Amino acid sequence: MALSKEQIAKRISMELKDGYYVNLGIGIPTLVANYIPAGINVVLQSENGLLGMGPFPIDGEEDADLINAGKQTITTLAGSSIFDSALSFGMIRAGKVDLTVLGAMEVSDSGDIANWKIPGKMVKGMGGAMDLVASAKNIIVAMMHTNPKGESKLLSACTLPLTGKHCIKKVVTELAVLDITEDGFKLMERAPGVSVEEIMAKTAGKLIVHGEIPEMQFD
Amino acid sequence: MNKVYNHAVDAIADINDDAVIMLGGFGLCGIPENSIAALVKKGSKNLTCISNNAGVDDFGIGLMLQKKQVKKMVSSYVGENAEFERQLLSGELEVELIPQGTLATRCMAAGYGMPAIFTPAGVGTEVAEGKEIRIFNDKEYLLEYAFDADFAIVKAWKGDTEGNLIFKDTARNFNPLMAMAGKITIAEVEELVPAGELDPNQIHTPGIYVHRIFQGKDYEKRIEQRTTKKLTD
Repeated sequence: MALSKEQIAKRISMELKDGYYVNLGIGIPTLVANYIPAGINVVLQSENGLLGMGPFPIDGEEDADLINAGKQTITTLAGSSIFDSALSFGMIRAGKVDLTVLGAMEVSDSGDIANWKIPGKMVKGMGGAMDLVASAKNIIVAMMHTNPKGESKLLSACTLPLTGKHCIKKVVTELAVLDITEDGFKLMERAPGVSVEEIMAKTAGKLIVHGEIPEMQFD
Repeated sequence: MNKVYNHAVDAIADINDDAVIMLGGFGLCGIPENSIAALVKKGSKNLTCISNNAGVDDFGIGLMLQKKQVKKMVSSYVGENAEFERQLLSGELEVELIPQGTLATRCMAAGYGMPAIFTPAGVGTEVAEGKEIRIFNDKEYLLEYAFDADFAIVKAWKGDTEGNLIFKDTARNFNPLMAMAGKITIAEVEELVPAGELDPNQIHTPGIYVHRIFQGKDYEKRIEQRTTKKLTD
């Protein structure tokens, strides 16, 4: 069975380590915040200028002056700090953020990512994505393995305009966990009940399969 | 020197056609509502607006787009705005999209008196086209220039008659950066107090960067994505 978006987020949450500073993009990445493992303390960074992003406010307590990078009303936590957008990208550029989780339209087997523009369609802009992928130490992409037509989004080369080159380290899709290595996508885990053959068929880029591929474990 | 103006209309009176202006805010958070309303009323045209976003159809910079006052937007993200999209597709509006950190840091550079920065954001993408690349420690960086804007318009929480500013929560965003970057900086504040009432230790933007200040009124502070949870959750 292919994973739900929530399960993709849950699988990514298993990559979190105590003390991590983490930037979560919009979409599936945002859901990762719901699955932070018990006993682990992570600090969420919102690139408009907040470290220590808290949950949504209680009805009636929302404040127009306190939003996240998705423009949603949020709260602060004990230990939060607020700063301007240059300092925010300064800490990103300086490699202080331990993990970045982003969505993608396409990734390539050399770690390129495209997630901001479809030529000929309305272009909304890259926001902070180019800054994040250019500087983050560790980037995990949360995405669907194929597009609605069934075509692979894990390619040998991206067809869409790039957001960044050689920057992605790991991809988690509804079918698989893949590391990006010098030799291409390396299949690490498969979704429960999903065959290696299905993953091979739906991965257009170079895919390395070594030995038995374990199923993802969810508790 | 008196920096205090009574009304937004007076503070922006010399922002004329063809001006290059910066507007603080992230989405609709921390935008200079009063100054935008005054600019709409004044009707200056062919403006180049440097701002992270372009507002929504009926609020923020969207109000200036409706009156076709904007020639060019320099932004990182411009979704959420149908009129913007219409003008862009019809060729009435020019748009330069730049990475958000680059946008912020080009403001900062202007305020720090540095002509340019090097950033890795956009290397290997179409953002890098035509730009100088330098390699430091085996990594490629793009040369990006400091902004050169005629006016910066920012919104702060509190300010004093010396032009010192304090921002609140994430309404800070681009505001202190743009405040540093304008040849003339106009600050609208929710509360304007006499010099001496703000704690010097708490000032985010020193008054030297601020040329005009006024107390705004009737802040709507519209929320773009109202996300809440029930008390019982």
